[in-house]
Amino acid sequence: MKPLHLIPDDVNVPFLKFRKIFYIVSLVMVLASVGMFFTKGLNFGIDFRGGILVEIKTDGPADINALRDNLGSLGLGDVSIQEFGEPDDVLIQLQRQDGEEEAQMAALAAVTEALGDDVTIRRSELVGPKVGGELKEAGFYSVVISLFLIMVYIWVRFEWQFAIASVAALLHDVLITVGFFVVTGIQFDLATLAAVLTVAGYSINDTVVVFDRIREYLRKFRKMEIPDLLDLSINSTLARTTMTSLTTLLALIALFVFGGEAIRGFTMALIFGIVIGTYSSICVASPLLVVLRLKRKIPEAEEGQEAGA
Amino acid sequence: MLYFTKLKAALVLLVCALGVIYAAPNFLPSGTFPTESSYLPGKQINLGLDLRGGSHMLLEVDTDTVLRERYDALADAIRTELRQEKIRNRPRESSASGAEITVLSPEDVEKAREIARTAEPNTELGGEGNNITVTYNEIAYRELIDRAIAQSLEVVRRRVDELGTTEPSIQRQGENRIVVQVPGLDDPSRLRAILGRTAKMNFHLVNNEKTAAEARATGLPPGTMILPAADASDQAAGIREYLIDRRIVVSGDNLVDSQPTFSDGRPVVSFRFDAAGGARFGDVTSKNAGRGLAIVLDGEVISAPRINEPILGGNGIITGQFSVQEANDLSLLLRAGALPAPMQILEERSVGPGLGQDSVEAGEFAAVLGLVFVIAFMIISYGRFGVYADIALMMNLILVLAVMSVLQATLTLPGIAGIVLTVGMAVDANVLIFERIREERRNGRSIINAIDAGYRSAMSTILDANITTLIAALVLFSFGSGPIKGFAVTLAIGIITSMFSAIWLTRLLIATWVKRSRPTELVI
Repeated sequence: MKPLHLIPDDVNVPFLKFRKIFYIVSLVMVLASVGMFFTKGLNFGIDFRGGILVEIKTDGPADINALRDNLGSLGLGDVSIQEFGEPDDVLIQLQRQDGEEEAQMAALAAVTEALGDDVTIRRSELVGPKVGGELKEAGFYSVVISLFLIMVYIWVRFEWQFAIASVAALLHDVLITVGFFVVTGIQFDLATLAAVLTVAGYSINDTVVVFDRIREYLRKFRKMEIPDLLDLSINSTLARTTMTSLTTLLALIALFVFGGEAIRGFTMALIFGIVIGTYSSICVASPLLVVLRLKRKIPEAEEGQEAGA
Repeated sequence: MLYFTKLKAALVLLVCALGVIYAAPNFLPSGTFPTESSYLPGKQINLGLDLRGGSHMLLEVDTDTVLRERYDALADAIRTELRQEKIRNRPRESSASGAEITVLSPEDVEKAREIARTAEPNTELGGEGNNITVTYNEIAYRELIDRAIAQSLEVVRRRVDELGTTEPSIQRQGENRIVVQVPGLDDPSRLRAILGRTAKMNFHLVNNEKTAAEARATGLPPGTMILPAADASDQAAGIREYLIDRRIVVSGDNLVDSQPTFSDGRPVVSFRFDAAGGARFGDVTSKNAGRGLAIVLDGEVISAPRINEPILGGNGIITGQFSVQEANDLSLLLRAGALPAPMQILEERSVGPGLGQDSVEAGEFAAVLGLVFVIAFMIISYGRFGVYADIALMMNLILVLAVMSVLQATLTLPGIAGIVLTVGMAVDANVLIFERIREERRNGRSIINAIDAGYRSAMSTILDANITTLIAALVLFSFGSGPIKGFAVTLAIGIITSMFSAIWLTRLLIATWVKRSRPTELVI
């Protein structure tokens, strides 16, 4: 049996020729994401906002309206009630209550009492305002710190142009993934934050593979024009880039479809992020090297640096 | 370098064998192996609360209360000394930031400051003019907080133990927080009820000069205070508040036991004092017949019976409108002792056992399906080499399970997602290598040369790519909240083990194949 070569061996797409189009597409997506982030904002889950979440299972299909009337009459502010995967599975969310931690406690007690013994409480979560604020802060720092550390690592291993270009691609992916959350309104909680950071790791992984090849070709093809060399590098790694993205996506799609409702938002973010990360490593990161005026170094210096790396 | 020394080949096989042995207990019923030893195989992966069901609670000890109490006591001690030296003074507001005293005549300030400075070791003197402020220094402050947290931990442990669940975990987090994890608890409200209360119980005499209402109208007699009445029978009788003497006649610290029981068919709580407490209780009840004895719990009067006869022997009961559950909880709290300071519940996450089981099943199914997809795809794309990559992939999963079992790392639902993601990403190293071998073949290299070059040139790329992902995983781990930590753990372990399986194991497999069958054509 002849193995399938998904990407033809002699693939030669002139990616650099289209780089202006990619820049425009990416810029529009990034600006739109940032703009909507500040206008519409993320749909923060209780992890970051503070509040209460209760997942219940009812005998037979749940009567959402009756639940809404029942819990709405408690005077606890906005109560969001939605079906969660199955008709007899319901997710109830309450906004953060005015007042401190005790107020949240009292509200949770009121909700469980109002639900009575007819339903099974599958899960209940309560996050006080203090912890919510702290998680938001820690989440923000963890994104910033990992971006910084990755940039430092790339800087040590490559020229500065590579570091800037890879972090630009990384920011591109993170911002657009966040934009995806804004547009879809998928709840942004601790798990989805983990997904965003994984996207960051994956995106840089993809970019590094192409950059490694560029570095290799810079030494191998001394006379080639930089744009042609970049095209050649992207094309020779194209099979790997698509293969890895596909295997990862296959695993994630299985998780998305069968992994249960609780991690659906998380897997969706990963799937979207991996598609964007693949696009950016091919169409954004490498072409950016031209903009950053990547040059060949004097061969001796190059060798010395390689030995030290 | 397709050649493997015997030692190297043996090492690779040894790692694989160890992986299988340490991962095996997870596929056998628990208890198949003894689990006491920390290094021998036998341990299963630790399931997180979201998978096994249970309650997680984050509590914060109100250390300000501890400080305020200590500073009040310190201020009292200093004022006693000042009075002995005939230095007129008055206390300022009680605060958590220092013992504060105002000296009334300026000429005494010098002497007063000296007395305040030497009142207690490890303190610092501050304040200006007539105002003296004494604060604990860093060492004393730390010690004070540490002791309060240690006491709180102990009391929380005693209370949680009373619930009778297996393996509850109670740990300090940060300066003044406590994390309680109780696996397999069905009803988190019970945990909430017993952890949300300080349970400081004291006995005071009810003031016999005025009622609370009279005192509200005409002013409090000296040394008294008004506390709300908590019992339903009091409220039914129209009693909202009690005027009681400030002085504690018997402290709850003297309690040694408490049990729920029944009196006249109603649930009540019995208690027993130690010798000193019993003697004092007998003394007070003998001298104050006819007066009310207020039982004060966390600033509320839960019961205020009239003293009819001396109670000797140190036993008593608390009556009130208790439900059986309330009587159980109150006696539990009294048995376990009072917290040194109030605690706040900052965060609570509970998962019922049904949901946990469902999550495990869904996660397992998705993982197996994802694995099947990837295995098929690799074989379609790389033929024989795909099979080798698939063997490495399965070995990688086994290694992840083995490492997690040995380290007793916690597997959470996001952790399962991390493993599934690793399945997709673990083959990346093989994809890199195989694509490289294809290229080298196209460039006209011989079979052995191409394979060799493929491994060699893919190496630095694999390292760079994995280290960057590992950075993200480590940051996630240090970020530290439960579910995310679980994800970071499996992702990080998966990345590391995949470097072994995808590079060394496939290389050994391919080297063995090349040596045995001496292929003349490479189908890849």
